[in-house]
Amino acid sequence: MSNIPENLRYSKDHEWVKVDGDTAAIGITDYAQHALGDVVYIDMPRVGDKLGAHEAFGSVESVKAVSEIFTPIAGEIVEVNDALNDTPEAVNNDPYGDAWMIKVKMDNPGDADGMLSAEEYEEYLSSVE
Amino acid sequence: MPDENLKKTPLNEEHRRLGGKMVDFGGWDMPVQYTAGVIAEHLGTRTASGLFDVSHMGEIWVEGPDAIPFVNRLTTNDVTKLVDGQAHYSALTNENGGVVDDLLVYRFDQDKLLLVVNAGTTDKDWDWITSHKGDDNMALTNASADYCQIAVQGPDAIAILQKLTDTSLDEIKYYHFTTGHVDGVDAIISRTGYTGEDGFEVYADADKAVQLWNKLLETGNYGSEGGILPAGLAARNTLRLESGMSLYGHELSDEITPFEAGLGWITKLPKGDFTGSDALTKQKDEGLKRKLIGFEMVDRGIARDDFDVYIGDEKVGYVTSGSPAPFLKKNIGLAFLPVEFANIGQEITIDVRGKRLAAVVVPTPFYKRQK
Repeated sequence: MSNIPENLRYSKDHEWVKVDGDTAAIGITDYAQHALGDVVYIDMPRVGDKLGAHEAFGSVESVKAVSEIFTPIAGEIVEVNDALNDTPEAVNNDPYGDAWMIKVKMDNPGDADGMLSAEEYEEYLSSVE
Repeated sequence: MPDENLKKTPLNEEHRRLGGKMVDFGGWDMPVQYTAGVIAEHLGTRTASGLFDVSHMGEIWVEGPDAIPFVNRLTTNDVTKLVDGQAHYSALTNENGGVVDDLLVYRFDQDKLLLVVNAGTTDKDWDWITSHKGDDNMALTNASADYCQIAVQGPDAIAILQKLTDTSLDEIKYYHFTTGHVDGVDAIISRTGYTGEDGFEVYADADKAVQLWNKLLETGNYGSEGGILPAGLAARNTLRLESGMSLYGHELSDEITPFEAGLGWITKLPKGDFTGSDALTKQKDEGLKRKLIGFEMVDRGIARDDFDVYIGDEKVGYVTSGSPAPFLKKNIGLAFLPVEFANIGQEITIDVRGKRLAAVVVPTPFYKRQK
């Protein structure tokens, strides 16, 4: 069973968003890290990059595969979690905490409301498995 | 959901029970990794022990007075040099010197050889070998479905397997084998493997696979700290790559000669004619145009199979196998380069999804176990 914290919003591409005022932290879900396997490398964007909704902002690599990561919301990147460069395994061990990937100043603070709730994401997962 | 069209080894249910993530590997339903994950399975094999289901490999018996000359005419290594109970690594080559498959040749006695071939090429190899039978006084048997094959690899492998057999494993030299019993089951016990660690490959009747597999897990203390771990195809690949071993379809193919792939050491031209020996002799005399090298990434990033390799702005070659190396904690790979650049220290760049990342040619094997 996947871990799906109640206080976050989710996308069908298996990203989570945590809203804090007009900033959103973004990472990938427990379901995604489990599907990827051991994460060995993360390719991240830079502070200042501007992203459109659903744009690929980087990639996560496991031993066997490469997966792009998409931002569910549009905005400007204000922080990048550089620690993940040294400890990519945090994506597997703590996908919702230590493994936040970027923080974005949202173009439209209301955008996260349109995303899936924890319950809706859980329902979505049962339909794809 | 299992795909009904995929072939299954006798251990398919066990893989699922152990939490194996199943994938289609050349038409076989195989575990790419289990719950521990590829890195734990890889490191576990190097520091303790790993258990591998390799039952999908093919087994072909060649029996009769002409067995040795027949196989010697079709393969690159010198079968006449084997003694009873010895095996060697070899290649089946076509008329152009390209590799039809790489394989192990086991000599049981003067009239009895066992060829162990890759899973994805078993049918192709069988057709190739049978089509070359002339008046030779020998019989060919494709016994692939009759056998299971389980590999126990790692520094703890010998201690674990010794608990299940009266055969003195210490006395089996590397690339030698014997027949005996494992957990009371008739078996061929071979000191071979594809991981770069010490270990054994056990061949037995397919219907004994589940018994042997579970007994090895139990004897190896699966579930305990430092206990044996079942290891899937992902770990099998990272282990062989770190050890600089070739994988058919990547470093070897119908269009690649053993010389190009660095397998001159199993290509014994002085032994006499074999399929492709004329082409290989010509290639040796004229010199190679391209050569397989090992590289290590310098820039952050991972080179993957089939990525293009550049020197300056010129595309000069391609990656045959690229991956993270879990034990060495580097990103490594094998690639073909024009022979003039195939030197240790040569700087190259690799196109990784649009970005040119720096790498450097290094010696292989990347990893060698402490004896």
